[in-house]
Amino acid sequence: MTATRRFLPGWLSSYATLYILFLYLPVIFLPIFSINTAATPKFPLSGITLHWYEDLPKTPALIDATWNSLIVGVSASILSTVLGILAARSITRYRYPGRRAINGLIMAPLVLPEVIVAISMLLVMLQLGLSLSLFTVVLGHVLICIPYSMTVLTSGFEGFDRSLEEASADLGESAFGTFRRVTLPMVAPAIISSLLVCFTISLDEFIIAFFLTGTEATLPIYIWGQLRFAAKLPGVLALGTLLLLASFVLMTIAEILRRRAARRTQNEGGLHA
Amino acid sequence: MLERVQSERIQSDRTMIDIRDVTRSYGSFKALDNASLAIREGEFFSLLGPSGCGKTTLLRMIAGFDTPTSGSIAVDGQPMDGIPANRRPTNMVFQSYAIFPHLNVEQNVAYGLKRLKLRGGEEERRVEEALAQVSLTGLGKRRATELSGGQRQRVALARALVMRPKVLLLDEPLSALDKKLREQMQVELRRLQQAVGITFVLVTHDQYEALAMSDRIAVMFGGRIAQVASPKEIYQRPVNRQVADFLGGMNFVKAEIVEENGASLVLDTLGFGRVRTDKPKSFMRNGGAATLGIRPERLRVLWDNATAKFEVAGKVVERHYFGEITHLIVEIAGLEKPLSVTETNDFGADDIPVGASIRLAYDPEALVAMAD
Repeated sequence: MTATRRFLPGWLSSYATLYILFLYLPVIFLPIFSINTAATPKFPLSGITLHWYEDLPKTPALIDATWNSLIVGVSASILSTVLGILAARSITRYRYPGRRAINGLIMAPLVLPEVIVAISMLLVMLQLGLSLSLFTVVLGHVLICIPYSMTVLTSGFEGFDRSLEEASADLGESAFGTFRRVTLPMVAPAIISSLLVCFTISLDEFIIAFFLTGTEATLPIYIWGQLRFAAKLPGVLALGTLLLLASFVLMTIAEILRRRAARRTQNEGGLHA
Repeated sequence: MLERVQSERIQSDRTMIDIRDVTRSYGSFKALDNASLAIREGEFFSLLGPSGCGKTTLLRMIAGFDTPTSGSIAVDGQPMDGIPANRRPTNMVFQSYAIFPHLNVEQNVAYGLKRLKLRGGEEERRVEEALAQVSLTGLGKRRATELSGGQRQRVALARALVMRPKVLLLDEPLSALDKKLREQMQVELRRLQQAVGITFVLVTHDQYEALAMSDRIAVMFGGRIAQVASPKEIYQRPVNRQVADFLGGMNFVKAEIVEENGASLVLDTLGFGRVRTDKPKSFMRNGGAATLGIRPERLRVLWDNATAKFEVAGKVVERHYFGEITHLIVEIAGLEKPLSVTETNDFGADDIPVGASIRLAYDPEALVAMAD
């Protein structure tokens, strides 16, 4: 007993270290090779440079792709957050038959194979006679973003005490005033969090964008295209590093906000706090 | 004593809330069934009943959060039909307190005042005054999430009182507090009501709370108002077995109506023999049978050779010790159910052995006749 206990901490920490290495080693390679002077990703590094980063803004195709990604990301995040607010509000506030089933169906795209979703969306778009463009990419991204948006918003709305809105009305506030002074401030962190999560997902998404876009490339598609040229690899790595960094920052902010929103609404229940 | 005098000064016979034939149906279920009630100005009025009796529904209809299916509610002579909650002269203390978690204490209390756009520091002055009324002076900057249960309740009270409503509605405000704090808040709430002189309407399922705080109580069951009276009358002269039972222990004895006239009833009972009692105002004869009730504490143990004009003899079958009192279960010849008796322990009721033969004295005034 005591032997295992003495042995375990050491064993456990090496296990944990390996675990984290497995998860993050590939991620760490990206920034490391992006500052290598040589174009081939090989150790040892031949020298350190920010040259590849400096080249990025000088590539017009990359600028276009960035703009496309921003347009798609902003539109998809706003659309899926609005739809998410409506669904989350209904699912957390009201009790009606089929509530659980509807919730399940909304969350389902989370586990559907993305390639299949992309192909079926492509079929639908073609059937509808829509020509492929950034707009069709936005539609595809809304589909995959809604489950994430729902998760964030439901946790923000859950436990929202209905009597808070009643108390506001009771104190003389109008319906719009109540929304502005009580509902919005309480769920604002969740809404912002949902926007950030959806934006990040849309920014990084490749398969659906690849199938549904016409001639306009988003960032991941641009990256994929660049991979054909070995000489362009360091640029891709630099771009990838930046994307990684952006995603990480956005997701961290989103998670902090989501927790704050959940704490705000759920603390209300703790009467003996 | 002083409080009594004050309360009589503040209270008037003017009706503050007039509830007429109000029914609230949900499909075929009637949450409230043809309720009529007049609550007076300056009164501490309680709606008392078990859960699902319609008391909260009625309170929410006064506040404007629910609408009567039929009937009407008027506050201070103004019909409330079609008037939304935010334009009613009522304010509410919610069961969950509904303190805005994103605002601090001061901002919570000032919430309703913001709309009034008061000038020259009037808003700050009123917030200060309201916080002082509920003994929260100095806690204005405290975050709502840092408050204890008792403090949240005080903020909810201050937030409502600062609006100077004509009626303050309280939805089970003490149910989330522990016993000691609850008893302390009962006294404070009563004192506060006397000080501000506003009509208070309290919803509660706790009979002691209602008895301790109210000027008058409406006891409700299954969407109907069973009795409206002062706490003393409700306790001593309940109109039926249901009310009697809800307001604490009561012994029920089967009785036969021998004689009925305007003011009194003569009943034949096994155990208590033939008794003459006041006829309750709402007494409705239902055949020849009636029920006679007596509270356990109105039966006194007769010691040694003491005698009383009215007494029953029996045998102790159970004894339960409760510190300052003892509950005795006493079998009486002829009664199908033994009587329960509450006796103080000053004279050694806790030493009466099970199996002992004892005699119990009672005051015929304490006997209540109820229709079956």
